[in-house]
Amino acid sequence: MARMKFLCDSDRCIECNACVTACKNEHEVPWGINRRRVVTINDGRPGERSISMACMHCTDAPCAAVCPVSCFYTTADAIVLHDKDLCIGCGYCFYACPFGAPQYPRVGNFGSRGKMDKCTYCAGGPQQDNTAVEYTQYGANRIAEGKLPLCAEMCSTKALLAGDSDMIAQIYRERVQRRGYGSGAWGWRTAYRETVTI
Amino acid sequence: MLIKRSDGRAAKQRLASAYQGLSAGGLDRRAFLRQAGITGAGLAALGSLGTGRVEAAEGSMGVLDHAQPVTRVKNICTHCSVGCTVTAEVQNGVWVGQEPSWDSPINRGTHCAKGASVRELVHGDRRLKYPMKLVGGTWQRLSWDTALSEIADKMMAIRQASGPDSVFLLGSAKFSNEGAYLYRKFAAFWGTNSVDHQARICHSTTVAGVANTWGYGAMTNSYNDIRNAKTMIIMGGNPAEAHPVSLQHILSGKEINRANLIVIDPRFTRTAAHATEFMRIRPGTDIPIIWGLLWHIFENGWEDKQFIEQRVFGMEKVRAEVAKWNPQECERVTGVPAAQMRKVAELFATQKPATLIWCMGATQKTVGTANVRAYSILLLATGNVGAPGTGANIFRGHCNVQGATDFGLDVTSLPAYYGLDENAWRHWCRVWDVSYESMIARFDSKAMMETPGIPTTRYFDAVTLPKDQVQQRDTIKGMVVFGHGGNTVTRMPEAKKGLEKLDLLVVVDPHPTSFAMQSDRRDGTYLLPACTQFECDGSRTCSNRSAQWGAQVVKPIFESKSDYEVMYRLAGALDVAAEKRNMPVRFQAEMFKPFDIRDSAPTAESLLREINRGSLSTGYSGISPERLKLHMQHQDKFDLVTLRAKPDAPAEIRGDFYGLPWPCFGTPEMRHPGSHILYNTNLHVKEGGGVFRARFGVEREGKTLLAEGSYSRGSEIQDGYPEFTVAVLKRLGWFDELTAAEKASLDRYFGANIDRASWATDLSCGIIRVAMEHGCVPYGNGKARADAWNLPDPIPVHREPIYTPRTDLIAQYPTLPDRRGFRLPHLGQSVQNRSREIAPNFPIVLTSGRLVEYEGGGEETRSNRWLAELQQDMFVEINPADAAARSISDGAWVWVRGPESDSKARVKALVTERVGRGVAFMPFHFAGWYQGEDRRGKYPPGTDPIVLGESVNTLTSYGYDPVTFMQETKVTLCQISAA
Repeated sequence: MARMKFLCDSDRCIECNACVTACKNEHEVPWGINRRRVVTINDGRPGERSISMACMHCTDAPCAAVCPVSCFYTTADAIVLHDKDLCIGCGYCFYACPFGAPQYPRVGNFGSRGKMDKCTYCAGGPQQDNTAVEYTQYGANRIAEGKLPLCAEMCSTKALLAGDSDMIAQIYRERVQRRGYGSGAWGWRTAYRETVTI
Repeated sequence: MLIKRSDGRAAKQRLASAYQGLSAGGLDRRAFLRQAGITGAGLAALGSLGTGRVEAAEGSMGVLDHAQPVTRVKNICTHCSVGCTVTAEVQNGVWVGQEPSWDSPINRGTHCAKGASVRELVHGDRRLKYPMKLVGGTWQRLSWDTALSEIADKMMAIRQASGPDSVFLLGSAKFSNEGAYLYRKFAAFWGTNSVDHQARICHSTTVAGVANTWGYGAMTNSYNDIRNAKTMIIMGGNPAEAHPVSLQHILSGKEINRANLIVIDPRFTRTAAHATEFMRIRPGTDIPIIWGLLWHIFENGWEDKQFIEQRVFGMEKVRAEVAKWNPQECERVTGVPAAQMRKVAELFATQKPATLIWCMGATQKTVGTANVRAYSILLLATGNVGAPGTGANIFRGHCNVQGATDFGLDVTSLPAYYGLDENAWRHWCRVWDVSYESMIARFDSKAMMETPGIPTTRYFDAVTLPKDQVQQRDTIKGMVVFGHGGNTVTRMPEAKKGLEKLDLLVVVDPHPTSFAMQSDRRDGTYLLPACTQFECDGSRTCSNRSAQWGAQVVKPIFESKSDYEVMYRLAGALDVAAEKRNMPVRFQAEMFKPFDIRDSAPTAESLLREINRGSLSTGYSGISPERLKLHMQHQDKFDLVTLRAKPDAPAEIRGDFYGLPWPCFGTPEMRHPGSHILYNTNLHVKEGGGVFRARFGVEREGKTLLAEGSYSRGSEIQDGYPEFTVAVLKRLGWFDELTAAEKASLDRYFGANIDRASWATDLSCGIIRVAMEHGCVPYGNGKARADAWNLPDPIPVHREPIYTPRTDLIAQYPTLPDRRGFRLPHLGQSVQNRSREIAPNFPIVLTSGRLVEYEGGGEETRSNRWLAELQQDMFVEINPADAAARSISDGAWVWVRGPESDSKARVKALVTERVGRGVAFMPFHFAGWYQGEDRRGKYPPGTDPIVLGESVNTLTSYGYDPVTFMQETKVTLCQISAA
């Protein structure tokens, strides 16, 4: 079975935010909810790199581990989804997530939170595929149509890759070989210190 | 990055309302659709919506219904000039989804933030929904018929009292080719040359400079062809934000060829973040940089001697000028160390093919034309023109700025660069099937008919200056604007005065634009809702000269109309107004005679056919609607790198280059494939090959201006030759190869003057056909000009910006003396002399540029909630050292003060090393605030963009290129203080 993943090639990412607006367009995500965003480090300095971030669809997802109502589930394609009918909007998953993926709509005047919303990998939710009720709660279900997430499909420089982890890893490996330098992968210096050149 | 995505006031206010499905003002179309679908009622309040729209809305949720069939329609993104295909999914007349356009060889499925959100434009929550006029400072709704008849009446009143030149016509780079052409034709029939568009303020200097160098003022290669480059210099451009999809090709080229990507800019841009070499320069020193690079190239003998000998005129004069720019002088003026200059020079000259990419950092200067000439000369000296991976890859700004330029929304030319002289007018009168004398009668005089008009950078001067200083019958009294922001030109405080003095201001646009808000007019302003290009048919030409056909996605929303319909009906209304005033002039019948009129509008196809008939000089003649539609249909058959239709393509497009990049010579039936790479001698002319254009004569100072020993593949004349005329054909003995029909056409139009008929004026295309049969390029085989003797600076020389912090350099490198141009005074040197007093109090250089989320004046994109959310505040980038000296912290409010009109702007500070010390940067997409005042209330209710902010052009100052009156937006002075 496939293991669906995102991979952002930071040598290619130019922070154009196409992934962000493609997501908004596809799912009609309201103002203030950011299922995906672009993070830039060393902004304005040599070494500036950007990376597009959303739910990483973890194998052992911390959000699922802490959820008091167990609203999370993992699909056969290894996509982490949740059931908004079970979600109580407590915000615990936000504390657990290392990537800041969970988002909450404000529903009252005192900052009270609505039910959690996050990247679905364009795979909808527990409702029947591609129904109006699924769209209203979770947005489009491209996976059910045999398509990949729109953010990756529309990425201006093809930096953001989505698909089966083996396949996107292969694409990325070929790119690195062709470039003839480093990995361009963000965070390698942190992980491997001075033992790698990037 | 506090500035981005701040949770400031605007965000908080709107979040709640957005979540309830309501916009902050006016009618939310999506909410309406939802209600209509569920209840089918509640329409009474919306009586203004045509019945067609109501039917379409019923039963649709505004989102994709998987149980219903979906129609897919291809159109082209309406933002930058890359030309990304947009694939729209349509159900019940509603645009419900956007899918990747995998087949397009240009974008291959991808988009930037703007392209990925274009669907929102057609939802149009904040679009202008019906015609409105300003009465006593309040907006009132009115019908199209009333609006047009009132406007026409006022235009005719101005015409009667002050003459046709007193109405300024501003067109748009957002027009389709057909719309742009029609507006130029309208200006001709109205009787003025004062018709302009955004090219004036983005690449007019490129067009002038590059055309004066080698023939055509356009990108020589293509975005795709950059994949072949071994060395790329991006100088004065930030495509990562302005043309994001181009980076797909640039970064691929960088990876595949392990290419050098050199960024030369005052600012460490997002593009520079991906460069292999970044060179920071002092703003306004482009020519010293180029000459400094050439100094090393000549010094080391890295130039391409054979190329220069065969194909370039006047390089020895360049050598003399370059000799002055030794490494010491170059470093003194530009601030770039000699070692880096040498390194970049060596890379560019020796690691070939090399390309030079530029945008508005080069062009929006008082020396813009000279800048691009210097850039072109660097390419010529290193032999980097006319081959894959080389060339002047000029990234134009708007989706159809190339096409709108080609079709003469330009105060100096009729469509297709024919100019304004009698020959040009006679040519277009033949095409339009009207008499030359009848056209003269439409103008104030034959002299005015041949005098360049007033450009958009100076329209307000032509309103406010005393009558005797404006070289026409009267000052400007009325203005008709299609698709153009008001915050796009410098010196806004003075533009505001000009706008307030106008009798009539008409804005035709999907949005009210900043024209609606930026002045304190109380009467005589009309807003007419135009639809976007997604709501009509038409072709547009992207930067690489490829034309693409966009099909209507949905019908115009609300009461908006296509540009074609607005112009058609305005012409009709003018006829009525003229009749009422007993004026003999008429418009509609003659102007629209050749077109198919359907639903009160000429069809795009019939318009393009007239373009084909007349635009021979740029080779738009072969670009028929049928061929373009076939290209869109079979996009997947074109090669990614060569853009050529592959052997498996259907026969009717096989061998064509994608979008038939002009010149596409001759008639569509001749099947010229278009010219992917200009001046490429390695291909036969019938395969898209070319040579430098022989348009400057045959001899100068005893030296030939024709190529020597260089010619395109298969040419029977293996040397230079002049452009083809009947006289040339006769001399070569090829005249009798013209068919009887072609000869009859020449005889009909030229009679006794037949010898003077040229390839560009022969409507039968016979001369073109015969020339190409012999392997010759119809426009001749000339040399490129390093020495352009007709320009103010035949060899580019450095001239300090008008407002410069380096006042010590003014004496040595002064700007040109005061002069007149385009019917107006041009006081460059007088103003520059003020620099000495200004500089001490305004020590920071202010430059402006683009953000990826917004485009142009920004009204459309700031009204798009998916984009507006990403960039909610206007800001100024300031170096940490400058900020610390002024006690300014990141994210704090500051006042930026400009050097003229006591101008000031209240914006947020973004403290960053992106700008060097002594330099500040502001984006130019904002409007709606003016010198600290929030003018949201001045927009018609419900049409205000979500995000407002100060315009940088409130601060930008005097300074114009002598050749095109391009404005200076890249170098002025400012002072910044905490607010």
